[in-house]
Formats: sequence, C-alpha cells, structure tokens
Amino acid sequence: MPLLGKQTWKFNSEPYLLATAAVVGPKEGEGPLGEDFDNVHEDPYVGQDSWEKAERRFFEEACERAMDKAGVCGEQINVLYAGDLLNQIITSNFAARQLAVPFLGVFGACSTSMESLALAAMTVDAGFADYALAATSSHNSTAERQFRYPTEYGGQKPPTSQCTVTGAGAAIVGKQGQNRPRITHATIGKVVDLGVISPFEMGPAMAPAAADTIAQHFQDTGRTPEDYDLIITGDLARIGHKLAEELLEQQGIYLGDKFKDCGILMYDPDQSEVFSGGSGCACCATVTYGHLMKRMGRGEFDRILVCATGALLSPMSSQQGESIPCIAHAVVIERGESTWT
Amino acid sequence: MKQGQQAKADYKKLQKKHVPKKPVLSNCIKAFLVGGSICLLGQFVQQFFIAYFGFNDKTAGSPTVAVMVFIAVLLTGLGVYDRLGQWAGAGSAVPVTGFANAMSSAAMEHRSEGLVLGVGGQMFKVAGPVIVFGTVAAFIVGLIRELVTKFM
Repeated sequence: MPLLGKQTWKFNSEPYLLATAAVVGPKEGEGPLGEDFDNVHEDPYVGQDSWEKAERRFFEEACERAMDKAGVCGEQINVLYAGDLLNQIITSNFAARQLAVPFLGVFGACSTSMESLALAAMTVDAGFADYALAATSSHNSTAERQFRYPTEYGGQKPPTSQCTVTGAGAAIVGKQGQNRPRITHATIGKVVDLGVISPFEMGPAMAPAAADTIAQHFQDTGRTPEDYDLIITGDLARIGHKLAEELLEQQGIYLGDKFKDCGILMYDPDQSEVFSGGSGCACCATVTYGHLMKRMGRGEFDRILVCATGALLSPMSSQQGESIPCIAHAVVIERGESTWT
Repeated sequence: MKQGQQAKADYKKLQKKHVPKKPVLSNCIKAFLVGGSICLLGQFVQQFFIAYFGFNDKTAGSPTVAVMVFIAVLLTGLGVYDRLGQWAGAGSAVPVTGFANAMSSAAMEHRSEGLVLGVGGQMFKVAGPVIVFGTVAAFIVGLIRELVTKFM
C-alpha cells in the first residue's frame, strides 16, 4: 500500500534524489554552514535592480546548478514543482518562464521545500516523470517589504522575531540513479492553529504543526525516533523548537539530541539581527540541500526526517487580527549504501 | 494534535514558559539615552544657528529640523538608521529623525515601482498614520484648550 495510516505516503520505487543545490546570500554565507552551500553571493542584489529580480536570480541559479550536478538538461525535466513567499508566487512563476519546463506552482509558505520535494517524489514514483525538479526561494528584503516594513525602516523587533533567509534551494528527483540517496516516505501535514496571533512569533505559531506531523509520521509508519539519525524541523528557531520538543514529549515522543532545526543551524546567535534564528522557504531548502546532503554524503546519517514548517498568514490576515494557521510536511531521505561529495 | 479552546489555553501556558519577555526596562533605558542624545544634538544645532546665523529662539526651529531630517535621511540611505532603530527602539523613532526615516525608507523601498505609484504613492505608508493621528490629536487638544480658556 502506498498510503500508510492516514497521512503518510510510501514510495515503493524509492525515487533517487539525483542532485541538490543551495545558493545563499552574504549573511547566510557568514554563518556556521557557509562552507556547505554551492555558492555564496556577497551582493544581496546579485547585480539586479530590484529585490524581486534578485530573488528570482537566486532561484534560477539553484535550478541551474542542480541540473548541472545531475547532468540533466532542461528539456529532460518533466515537471517542476516550485513556490515562494511573494504574492502570486512571482519568483517561481517568472523563473519558470525562463526555465520553460512543465510547471506546477505550489504555496506552503516556508514548508514549500518539503511540499515540493514530496510532490516531485510522488510524481516520479507514480511514473508521471523521469525527472522532477523541486525548488523554492526566499529573500530577506522581499519578505521584509511584503510582510513587515521597508528594509531601511528603523523599527524595533522583539527577540521572538526571525531572520528570513536569502537564498534558494533546488532538488532533482529521478527514477534511476547511482550512488545517490533515495526518498522513501512523505508525511503530508494538516493545518494546525493554536491561536498565536503575533506575526513576530512565527516559531511558536508553527511548533504545534511540526509536532503534529512528526507524531503522525511515527504513528503512520510504526517507526520510532530510534529509526532516524536526525529529525530536523524547517524554521521553528530557538523558541519554537523548544515548544515543539515539549509538545512531542507530552505525547510520549522523546527525540533528544537528534532533534534539530534548520533555522537554528543557519546562523550564529552572535550574528547581528538574526534574533531567534532563520526562517523563510530558503531556510529549510538550503540547509537540507546544502548542509545536510553534504553530511549525509560523508556517511554521517543513514536516514533523516526533514519536517518543513510553514506559517500560512498574509499581512492582511494578521492586520485583521486573525491567528496564524500553520502547516508542516515531512520527507524521509535515506542514504542507502552510497557516499558522495 | 488536539485543537479547540482547551488546547489553545494549554498552549498559551506552554508559551509563557518558553517565550522570552520583551526586555522593557533595558529598552526604556536605551530609548532614553538615544532619544536624549538626538535631542541634545538638535539643541547644539539650534544654538549654532542662533549664535552664527542671527536666528532667534523662535525662528531657529525650522533650520534645526531641516538639518536633523537631513542627517536622518542620510543615515537611512547609508543603511545605518535601521540598525540604530533596532538598538534604540522608541529612542530613534519618536524624535523628528524617526519620522524622516519612516518617510525616506518607504520612498527608497518603493523606488522600484516607479516615481509616481512607487515613491509618491507609498512614501506615506509607514509615516501616514503619524500625520493622521497627529492632526486628529492636535484638533482635540486645540478644542479642549479653546473651551477651557473661554469658560474658565
């Protein structure tokens, strides 16, 4: 049965994660994971004349690099699943115009990375594609101006805020591969809302969704935390991650040191204005596709569960005083016998 | 995951445990120091205009505000004012320099949408409410003053 329990997909053919690429901006490059990204741009504008065009450039570069690494050209890509944070997902839509491949836009806020990867794996598993591309991006300055204030505005942010990651991540999923990791399961999350209203408390808002998806994954698959070397959330950051850990413990799931968060790993807490950690679509995407894939290639992990979390708010909904609905999607990546660099 | 009122209430309790409080006291102290320093600088500028350019106490206000606004806009353009704002909070937001920052940052941000709809249309995005409520407050206070002086 490809459906396990209520919400988990088991991919019988175990599609290959043929290549991944992560491109980031200067602040991410200065962080502790700087070495693990494919490219670090010192110029957050990447030579473009608007922030939106810059984000698109990050997105396109991540896709190009992933295709190069997989040795696949644009014409071979049967489907692209992509999304981002901007209104009408313009980064993905406009970049897809450039790439000229069959395209399905998705929106899961910061959970888009694993949402698109799960869909790509499902499509390949079902035989609808030989090669599927999953990509997502975010840019600190485009997110600031859309969701918060102008970038140069001197407003004060509380310590619960997070820093939107500038960058993009792309992954190519294929039917056949050699010496590459495989995608075995995906757990599709439900929208969970426990009443957090402040848009500066995204981590605490998303923590229940992450806990829900992770608990559901264990229930559906019958696995336990011992079956994984790493269970990592997308962008809960320091406060939200603690909350998720405690929510899981209330359900009798103890993850201990295996439980990490991409938003915490991304920055050094001493870096300026990172607050409680990273966020944005690119946070989970670049940490997973850059840092985690490198470590998996060195044989540090055999099996990981990546649970990307998204806050499904809009500036309008939060101005109208609505609480923040959140979602989390999890994907299982297995190394198998292979190692790579 | 349980949802509903009970779950929300429980989660609120859990959040209280983990979500750090805003550092109100240290924010106040920082705001006092920076806000005070900006005003002190303004006072120097005012004295400068009185001493060297023949302005008096009443007329020196306008060139002083112009200089303070110019400095704030310059610092905004150089990408410094937002850093100061994160540290100082209300200290850099309340004086006239904060207003200048709100206007100029919005103007810079929306330059990419063109001069009319971008800069012109969006410039008051952040600072607009200040003008609206400043005017409303001035009207109410003026009305009270008028009534008080007339009947007392």
